[in-house]
Amino acid sequence: MLSQLPALQVTLPLIAAPLCLLVRSGRVAWGIALFASAASFAVAVLLLSRVLDQGSLSYEFGGWAAPWGIEYRVDIVNAFVLFVVTAITTVVLFFANDSVRKEVDASRQSLFYTVWLLCLTGLVGIVMTGDAFNLFVFLEISSLSSYVLIAFGKDRRALTASYQYLVMGTIGATFVLIGVGLLYMMTGTLNMADLADRLPAVMATRTVRTALAFLVVGISLKLALFPLHLWLPNAYAFAPSAVTAFLAATATKVAVYVLLRFLFTIFGVTFAFEAMPLGIILAVLGAAAILSTSAVAIFQDDIKRMLAYSSVAQIGYMVLGLSMATVAGLTASVLHLFNHALMKGGLFLALGCVAYQLGNVRLGALAGAGYRMPWTMGAFLVGGLSLIGVPLTAGFLSKWYLVQAALERGWWPVLVVVIAGSLLAVVYVWRVVEMAYLRRPAESDGSAVQEAPLSLLLPTWVLIVANLYFGIHTRLSVGIASKAAAVLIGQSP
Amino acid sequence: MSLILVVLIPLVAAVLVALAGTWPNFREAISLLAGTIIFFLVLSLLPSVLAGESPSAWIAEPIPGLPIALRAEPLGTLFGLTASFLWVVTTVYSIGYLRRKGESNQSRFYAFFAVAIAATMGVAFAENLFTLFLFYELLTLSTYPLVTHAGTTEARQGGRTYLAILLATSMGFFLVAIVWTWSLVGTVEFRLGGILAGSASPLVIGVLYALFVFGIGKAALMPFHRWLPAAMVAPTPVSALLHAVAVVKAGVFAILKVTIYVFGLDLVTTSWASDGLLWVAAATIVFASLIALHQDNLKRRLAYSTVSQLSCIVLGALLANASSIIGAATHITMHAFGKITLFFCAGAILAAAGKTKVSEMDGLGRQMPLTMGAFLIASISIIGLPPFGGFWGKWYLALGSLDGNYAVFVGVLMLSTLLNIAYLLPIPIRAFFAGDRGAVVIGEAPVACLIAMAVTTTMCLLLFFYPAPILQLARLLVP
Repeated sequence: MLSQLPALQVTLPLIAAPLCLLVRSGRVAWGIALFASAASFAVAVLLLSRVLDQGSLSYEFGGWAAPWGIEYRVDIVNAFVLFVVTAITTVVLFFANDSVRKEVDASRQSLFYTVWLLCLTGLVGIVMTGDAFNLFVFLEISSLSSYVLIAFGKDRRALTASYQYLVMGTIGATFVLIGVGLLYMMTGTLNMADLADRLPAVMATRTVRTALAFLVVGISLKLALFPLHLWLPNAYAFAPSAVTAFLAATATKVAVYVLLRFLFTIFGVTFAFEAMPLGIILAVLGAAAILSTSAVAIFQDDIKRMLAYSSVAQIGYMVLGLSMATVAGLTASVLHLFNHALMKGGLFLALGCVAYQLGNVRLGALAGAGYRMPWTMGAFLVGGLSLIGVPLTAGFLSKWYLVQAALERGWWPVLVVVIAGSLLAVVYVWRVVEMAYLRRPAESDGSAVQEAPLSLLLPTWVLIVANLYFGIHTRLSVGIASKAAAVLIGQSP
Repeated sequence: MSLILVVLIPLVAAVLVALAGTWPNFREAISLLAGTIIFFLVLSLLPSVLAGESPSAWIAEPIPGLPIALRAEPLGTLFGLTASFLWVVTTVYSIGYLRRKGESNQSRFYAFFAVAIAATMGVAFAENLFTLFLFYELLTLSTYPLVTHAGTTEARQGGRTYLAILLATSMGFFLVAIVWTWSLVGTVEFRLGGILAGSASPLVIGVLYALFVFGIGKAALMPFHRWLPAAMVAPTPVSALLHAVAVVKAGVFAILKVTIYVFGLDLVTTSWASDGLLWVAAATIVFASLIALHQDNLKRRLAYSTVSQLSCIVLGALLANASSIIGAATHITMHAFGKITLFFCAGAILAAAGKTKVSEMDGLGRQMPLTMGAFLIASISIIGLPPFGGFWGKWYLALGSLDGNYAVFVGVLMLSTLLNIAYLLPIPIRAFFAGDRGAVVIGEAPVACLIAMAVTTTMCLLLFFYPAPILQLARLLVP
């Protein structure tokens, strides 16, 4: 049983998805989805603890040995990402029950959970697989289902947002496919470990360089790396609340994982960062992402869109960390991947509570909300402080490690960018805080607005408390992130 | 153990106050009780600190090698004693002030006040730079709701300036300096004699020192002083305790700690790290005093006076010799008692007479003789004349300037004394001698306020005759 864990991880949500479609009742479908994702979380925890104990493990799908069959290879990097993705999905699903019932037609709710589980299958598959082509297949599964999830938004503009994402996402996926194809042409294998073995022999060819370029651009589109991020703000702003929280906390993280895997495991540091000038390109784009999108976030009236721009900026931090190609930089990157999932998940759930009670998330609607919805806005405040990087929150640790990595590398401009980014975050978070706590609500709108129901507050606060917990007890997050960084850079078995 | 309690008790008090909600007597009793307990807890640490021990406590370790830990050393004990004693006095004052003014949201006020005290205690007893930074930021955030207490547009604007400057300096310079120190020497622990000696070139040491001194924005060194006048929109007890004692003193205290325990006095004097900064501090002393001369709003005048006095303490830290350090440490406490009295008086005038401007105070001395009498005494103490405590701070600072071969700074200190006279003394003089001798129509301040003022004024006098415990603690810093 335990040896079949890697297969279970992907097949659990895959089998549960059509079940949801069969039951046609939103509530039952929700139950199935919750069960499936909780089960895959349990599997992810088991996998993580096994990897921590015994090192990486390999699984041959259907008993077919690589390179003919598909190999699943789990090391500490993907075990950690799996843990994050499944944990956040499970928490967000608890939230989804009430939130989705309000935001999605009753007749389509079972379909909603079907697509949700397919998306989860895709994400988990991308992370699990050790086969480059298989990764593309899962990438398409998760992308197609996330287009559908976004289109579930109540606002009709959700359809255009979804369409925009579809066009950009398809271009990205095609680029990834071309890149993988070129690699296959040069090496005759799709297995990642084999690729890593055979690529050094053909490194000097133009084809491999082209493959790297296609892959990086393609993944960057999925990652929403500046300036390829334009699909993201609309997609996040118009998707249902639960979907935004789900995608913000998981989909971009998985894309970061794919970038890490291709650059560090398959191409290797020497090729990607020494033979090719990828380090400086990614660093400049990451820095530009932090500064420009944080500045844009300040001027958003829709808070969900504001946080979406902030997400693009936070992706900039992760890319900046990995662009340093050092253990310290990768540690910061992987740590921020985890911490950002916690803070953005928490913040988007808090906004989901606001949307549930007020019907919209415009800045003006929040006047005085701090007194009428103290728990919701309290959650937003703590999440916001973590986003800024105040000590004792998870966000502080991300910044600390990133600054330290920059100092170690002697990259002074990065220091300035990180600090400027934090200060811009203060500005956009504080606009909301001022509105919620220092303005009185307009007299005309009924004072009937109350605190959100417990079923929404509880999952929100789970993530918010996690922000505080992982700001103080860092053995899990920092410990695993630094081990993962060592594995990626090839320093440990 | 008692160290952790010192931080924990105000936090517990904050929660209880928030829960007590609509029960004013209970809420005030909690604050008074908590203040008294932590004062005696800090006092109980005094004998062992004087004996040269340093009790410590470990809380958590978020980043390997960077624990959150507390330790009682002489400077922190002095600051902790001052702040906890004045918290009790300010609570007594607040009872009279808030009730007379009928302020709203009093529970929120007392709760965040207690959190701010917890943060101050954390700053006072921080064992390393990391812990110091943590409580320093908590202090900024917990005082923000107090600054914006009124909820008006003006309060919002003031709050923005407050937060913007304090967070920008602390994140932009202070945090960078801490991480840099950590990457240079692999520790951020406070150690007598410093940890940085021999770890970097004089240039790096100089830049690092400047990052610390400007990064600790709470010390209000120009050009990062604007937050302090902006914070004057807060209710008076907040201005009195937090923006004359706890917050600003946390700033200069942190600079002193960094000078003594991170750089070490020898490194500061031998590496020329402080040369340029000395002139910035001297300029702040003079310019802030000049600006104070032109402020008609009493609280803003006092705020600029604080900016100037803080730079005297920074000057003492930067001179980094035995007398100047003793002077700086002593001045922290002496100035605290004087300035808090002045703010108490300003608040009493506002609560009883509704006046905020210096130009409106003609003849007020005959209406509120006790308040204006206290104002006069505290002014003299701030100016630094005997027989009041403020004398000792200035005395040692002047000695330190001479010891450091900077006779020019003795001139700066004397100039600042003259300017102090020029902007402080006209207020009581006008109050007692100008204006028409009308009938007494404005009553005295509330009794609770008067009690608080009496205590702090008496302390100004007592500290002149009995400065021994303070000087004794300060001398431990310069073996």
